[in-house]
Amino acid sequence: MLIKAAATIRSSAGAATTVAAPAHVTIRGLSKRFSNTTIYDNFNLDIPRGKLVSIFGPNGCGKSTLINIVAGLIPRDAGEILFDGKPLSQIKFGYVFQNYREALFPWLRSFENIEYPLKLMRMPKSERRARVERLVAHLGVKIDLTKYPYQLSGGQQQLVSIMRALVVEPEILFLDEPFSALDYEMTLFMREQLQRIFMESGTTTVLVSHDLEEAVYLADRVLLLSRHPARIADYVHYDTPRPRNDDTLSQPDFVTTKAHCLDVFQQEVRRA
Amino acid sequence: MRRLDPYLPVLGVAGLILLWYIAVWTQLVDPVLLPPPTDTFHAMWTGMVSGKLGSDFFHTVERTIYATIIAAIIAIPLGIFLGASERLYRSLEFVIDFFRSTPASAMFPLFLVLFGVGDRTKISVAAFGAALVILFNVAYGVMNARKTRLLAAKVMGASRLRILMDVMLLESLPQTFIGLRNGVSLALVIVVVAEMFIGSTDGLGNRVFEAQQLFAMPDMYAAIFAAGALGYGLNLLFLMIERRFVHWSGK
Repeated sequence: MLIKAAATIRSSAGAATTVAAPAHVTIRGLSKRFSNTTIYDNFNLDIPRGKLVSIFGPNGCGKSTLINIVAGLIPRDAGEILFDGKPLSQIKFGYVFQNYREALFPWLRSFENIEYPLKLMRMPKSERRARVERLVAHLGVKIDLTKYPYQLSGGQQQLVSIMRALVVEPEILFLDEPFSALDYEMTLFMREQLQRIFMESGTTTVLVSHDLEEAVYLADRVLLLSRHPARIADYVHYDTPRPRNDDTLSQPDFVTTKAHCLDVFQQEVRRA
Repeated sequence: MRRLDPYLPVLGVAGLILLWYIAVWTQLVDPVLLPPPTDTFHAMWTGMVSGKLGSDFFHTVERTIYATIIAAIIAIPLGIFLGASERLYRSLEFVIDFFRSTPASAMFPLFLVLFGVGDRTKISVAAFGAALVILFNVAYGVMNARKTRLLAAKVMGASRLRILMDVMLLESLPQTFIGLRNGVSLALVIVVVAEMFIGSTDGLGNRVFEAQQLFAMPDMYAAIFAAGALGYGLNLLFLMIERRFVHWSGK
């Protein structure tokens, strides 16, 4: 009964959205309650393949909850989430936490942190080392990875976290407010790092952000959520080619896109 | 001036010895009860080098270490097991807290009946006291493992067993060492008390008690200082092991 209902929703949604980028992730009929609060009620979303989607919305609307449910950190009450038609258990994915200090393992050196997910996959040691070295060279990272995480700066630690997520060559990368614990200077630097990583890897990326400028600057699509129960307030396209830089921030299409997003956001905030 | 900062702790020691001399010179305290520091340190030196104090010191060290090792062998695996399941720990929490709060010295008569007069009783009471302290700390260390770290391991696909071995165990290490330091201190207290009263013929507790009975005050103070040095040394030893193996503690 439930399966049949989900199937019909999928086919109708498929017919309705004949857009250029094919969907990588399909979320159908997602529902989630926390005690008395309904965060999601029959929520549907497509995440396009090879794009970077930023999620932005009012405080407590369930931005982080959404990627936590999609990444399997929080169970959902109802609904179906598929990656190319496969469930989460059959795909490789990466997840980057906001709190890098508590997400990395302080008893392991930085390169051991990065290769830990490969160890879980029972990859032999020499292969693990080679894979990490390849990733380091590929990203052009200049950090002494023999150091322990607590010996690195905040930005460097988060970079190690991101590399730990990327080393498994994930099909999709989730980042939960990855730069909000960093100072502004480091945030700007890390934005560029993430842009480069995305351009290099082309991995489907979902970024939760509480900074609208960052959300638009990095995104192909900006998902604007309403207050809970969350609906899609808008799902804005931003197609300026990469690499984007400081000049991008003053270009008309960036300014209008950001202004439009802010407008939608303000409407949602005032609605309460 | 800041260059002298590392030597500040010496000031307290020098001050104490100075006060001691003043008390002796001014005869503020009966000289029979408080011998001069020189006599005491002389008694300590000869006692440690050629007298009975050295062997008593060694016996106390031996009992304390045995008690701590036995306690650790029992309490660490049990603490991990209980801590890994919070509901199990909650159901046993009262029992553990109750016996942790019971003075271990109140258990002497019971352990005497069980193990007779001898080393086995002293060591087992000390191990009992230390084990509960270690158990409590290890279980809390495991239960208070950072949630994000456990989630990070889970999201990377670690099984429950891998999370226990790779994350929870290491997360609990700093707290485990706090338990070990408290445990060894408590074991020393219990061992010294046991050596005083339970038909002992050796150990620092026995030395202090005997010296007092014979009114050999310099010997008594020497034995007290030896016990103090032992307690301090054991604590320092565990701190050094902790710094070596739990390098991330407090960072």
